[in-house]
Amino acid sequence: MAECKYTVGDKTIVPPGTKMIPIYIMGKRYEVPEGLTILKALEYAGYRVIRGCGCRAGICGACATVYRLKDDYRLRFGLACQTTVKPGMYLTQIPFVPANKAVYDINQLTADVFTIERLYPETFRCLACNTCTKACPMDIPVMDYIQALIQGDIKTAAEISHSCIMCGMCTLRCPAEIQHFHVAMLARRLYGKYIQPKARHLEKRVEQIKAGKFDWMMDELMGLSTEELKKRYKEREWEPEPYDPHWKPKETKYLIIEE
Amino acid sequence: MSGYPESLQESLAKVEETRPQRLEEARKQRYFLKLSPDEYDAILQKYHPDYQPEGRKPLQVGPNKGEFLQTELVAILQGAPWIDPGKFCGRLKTPDMSTDILVIGGGGAGSAAALLASEQGCEVILATKLRHGDANTVMAEGGIQAADLPYDSPYYHFLDTIGGGHFTNDKNLVRALVMDAPIVIKWLEDLGVMFDKEPDGTMKELKGGGLCRRRMHSSADMTGSEIMRVLRDEVRNHPDKIKVLEFCPAVELLLDEEGQIGGAILYNMDNQEFLVVQAKAVILATGGYGRLHLHGFATTNHYGATGDGLVLGYRVGVRLQNLKYAQFHPTGAAFPEQCAGMLITEKVRTLGAEPINRDGERFCHPLEPRDVEAALIIRECLEREKGVITPTGRLGIWLDSPMIDMIWGEGTVAKALAGKYLQFKRYGIDIAKEPMLVFPTLHYQNGGLAINEWGETTVPGLFAAGEVTGGVHGDNRLMGNSLLDVNVFGRRAGIKAAEFAKQREKVKALSLRHLEKYLKNLEESGVKPEQKTPIILPDYRNPEVKVKGALD
Repeated sequence: MAECKYTVGDKTIVPPGTKMIPIYIMGKRYEVPEGLTILKALEYAGYRVIRGCGCRAGICGACATVYRLKDDYRLRFGLACQTTVKPGMYLTQIPFVPANKAVYDINQLTADVFTIERLYPETFRCLACNTCTKACPMDIPVMDYIQALIQGDIKTAAEISHSCIMCGMCTLRCPAEIQHFHVAMLARRLYGKYIQPKARHLEKRVEQIKAGKFDWMMDELMGLSTEELKKRYKEREWEPEPYDPHWKPKETKYLIIEE
Repeated sequence: MSGYPESLQESLAKVEETRPQRLEEARKQRYFLKLSPDEYDAILQKYHPDYQPEGRKPLQVGPNKGEFLQTELVAILQGAPWIDPGKFCGRLKTPDMSTDILVIGGGGAGSAAALLASEQGCEVILATKLRHGDANTVMAEGGIQAADLPYDSPYYHFLDTIGGGHFTNDKNLVRALVMDAPIVIKWLEDLGVMFDKEPDGTMKELKGGGLCRRRMHSSADMTGSEIMRVLRDEVRNHPDKIKVLEFCPAVELLLDEEGQIGGAILYNMDNQEFLVVQAKAVILATGGYGRLHLHGFATTNHYGATGDGLVLGYRVGVRLQNLKYAQFHPTGAAFPEQCAGMLITEKVRTLGAEPINRDGERFCHPLEPRDVEAALIIRECLEREKGVITPTGRLGIWLDSPMIDMIWGEGTVAKALAGKYLQFKRYGIDIAKEPMLVFPTLHYQNGGLAINEWGETTVPGLFAAGEVTGGVHGDNRLMGNSLLDVNVFGRRAGIKAAEFAKQREKVKALSLRHLEKYLKNLEESGVKPEQKTPIILPDYRNPEVKVKGALD
């Protein structure tokens, strides 16, 4: 194989001649190559990040960063691993957000506005200022789900907040001191547990497994030689793709179809 | 407006030109022909990075002595410990904390284990390197397998898993995996995980590479994130039983004087203190090693994925299994540069997007097993030279995501791949309208510490679960089996560790003799450790700054 010029670990390739731009990390000026993410710019400047870095792929919410751009009063929010540096940007990471998660027994709740009121009463202090929405690095209309919750619409709140990564920027900015990311978490669990209909086929399958109905198949597989396993693997019947609702399998010996 | 620079436009135009024809064929379920399993080996031998003799050396100590593994992995297994056992042993007499069960790792497996252990009435300490939930679990996008539809059964799940693993899997582990799978999904459903469902509650299930049936449950393209945040939330509902220590990775395991597990030494990264935790049972759930960048590959893994558990487990004498081949995910992002290496979920291909070369041609079936698909992409780029070269010099091939909306209806990409859609939109690329550029990326550890079907290792009281373990996936894991693995074996380890802790009277005097022995072995073998391990975090600082800052 060719010498691995295509493999450079986590290093960002900076083509020769790339412009260097100034950024201000907590007020201190550093020159970094244009095009880096904030996280890689921090590392380029020599920071070894401990708090303030998690998945490095925009999904864990550890690296929330606030910044302002030159000559612009707006306070902006982004994930350090996803936001590209801009000239004159001055920034700081916010690696932790103090917030109180309500402790509850998920099996003892009702999926309604009263549960929200009991566990997160501050939700109802919403001023509808939309500051939370502006602070969201995931572009979630945060205020809309808070408003939905106030109206007891847990389904809407769960669906709108589904891409929440719980970085907590909304909660830090809220003048009404709402703890958005926690109440949204509660809403999603209520929705998943109580409002979405249960998967009946799943329940059935769990019963079948617990009744030992698949045990003989497993015993049979455990007893097969590798050669025989290879043969069965090669010859197993394939469900067509993409999905065909009219497909019926020919081999039914290893299926348990109950109405 | 296109999100791609001028230099890529010509190739992009070719992809668009061939799309209508390809789409028509895809609608008739005609794709580039799948390879026969007999052809896998030749492709892997020639093009898979881990089938090459380069980049390997033999382990010189421990239970796997003589085995050739990746140099980066050998370096951490034969690294120098953080502590000097001679100097540290005085502290073992007065542990800083004591508990029934110590769970090391705060991802999916660790959280599931903590929940099940506490359910059995045990006191649990969950120690994690970063924040609770900063783990590869949170990054799993595509889904979780379980054979729960009428036209599927654990039998087929077993065959797919063991075939995907090239028949090197531990059958007992596979059996546990596939038989527990529906039970795990039900458990998650009852905890309030939002699965993608039809209006009547039927799970929306898709296929994945190497799966003969639709078996992939999802929560948009944030399945791992959704599962992780629910598990974390549930752990936090039991503050009386589960104590979480964040930014406290383990740097060494402790045995007692009889050779049973005794606890671990943690390192508080905030104040640099070492903490001695005594425990009746320990569950290693430290995840994988993507941040070792084997063969220099970029990785999809989170910041803390440095293979710590392999080091800890190996030093107490646990055998390693199925570590010969790492999993290179066929589709990591190759453009924009800021996203390089980042996971593009297999779900993109299950929804119908095809890999396409520079000339707009198909060159492989979109859903081969992962290692085969990755090898085929490498072949297309390196041997056939049909890859695209990005402005920063990376290689890639197109993944034709606009096909998805054309097959399933407008808006599918934005909804079913919400996370990816947003990520690319930040850089001006609408993946519903323009394809993505991808290249294989280091994704999954495949093997690890040997366990039995209850997560037990050969050290009494030491359990392991999730990516740190080896055997369940054989040499190659299938999509949707890792989220399943962490839940199945996390739960099993939690239950069994609780049983073990309850029957154990007390922990005898703590000892580091195993470490002394390990150091002696290293010395006798003439190994000079290159670094302090576990490495805990990779060092991505600019080398120029490091040089200026070095005093020695």
